[in-house]
Amino acid sequence: MARTLPALPTVSGPTGTLYRGREGMWSWVGHRITGVLIFVFLLVHVLDTALVTVSPQAYDAVIASYKNPVVGLGEAGLVAAVLFHAFNGIRIMLVDFWSKGPRYHRQLFWGVLAVWLVLFVPFLVRHLSIIFSPVEN
Amino acid sequence: MTAVQSTPGPAQAIDAPRSPYRRSKPTRTNFELYAWLFMRMSGVLLVVLVLGHLFVNLMLGDGIHQVDFAFVAGKWASPFWKVWDLSMLWLAMLHGTNGVRTIINDYAERNGTRFWLKMALYVAFALTVVLGTLVIFTFDPCPIGADIDASALPSFCPAR
Repeated sequence: MARTLPALPTVSGPTGTLYRGREGMWSWVGHRITGVLIFVFLLVHVLDTALVTVSPQAYDAVIASYKNPVVGLGEAGLVAAVLFHAFNGIRIMLVDFWSKGPRYHRQLFWGVLAVWLVLFVPFLVRHLSIIFSPVEN
Repeated sequence: MTAVQSTPGPAQAIDAPRSPYRRSKPTRTNFELYAWLFMRMSGVLLVVLVLGHLFVNLMLGDGIHQVDFAFVAGKWASPFWKVWDLSMLWLAMLHGTNGVRTIINDYAERNGTRFWLKMALYVAFALTVVLGTLVIFTFDPCPIGADIDASALPSFCPAR
């Protein structure tokens, strides 16, 4: 015998109470995904930097791959992830420690995206102009 | 007063209403509280350290094109950047490892899977932090030897 469950409360209008599917959830999802991505890069980045103790040529050879335009686009993605994680992290601290943080957590999320855009666009213009110009030496 | 059971059935199947219960076993320490606090304290510092690192290495000068052995040697000639990079290494590794530990605890449902994933994580943490720390402390900006290409050395080295 199939039983029907009582209807779940739904998000309706500006007074919706569901966390799921709203700014709070996407902030949390974004924080996890960017966090894992940054951590994986961090492990690789410590390894490539460790080549300075092998020889200058070994380090320069591996760092040359970072100057490849395709890898350069990956670096832009990494910076995008770091900027989101940094400012969303500040949003989390405001929600935790600022008395009005929980009330304005959604506005804070849009603030995070605004700050992200303001910082990432100039970086992207600068970084793309570097990676698509010839490498000296 | 003993609880009155109104319906027949196994006596101990369901706890009496409002009987005290615990969500989890009590822990001896406040480790998770301190881990939670550490994520926020280190997070504030990492915003400054990592964004400063990205700005100096990718925005100033020739950006990513300037990065080579001589560039690193130039930075690590100053204790300022050594302390900066060492702090960043330790804080970022602790912050990232604790973050991934949380994710493993959330998604790995079997005890054995959770245990081994975390062991792999802690091994990666230890190896990376030890390697990175050794590199910063043992770095020689002017290595000498037959296999060293002097043109790759920074301009302040005598071999150059």
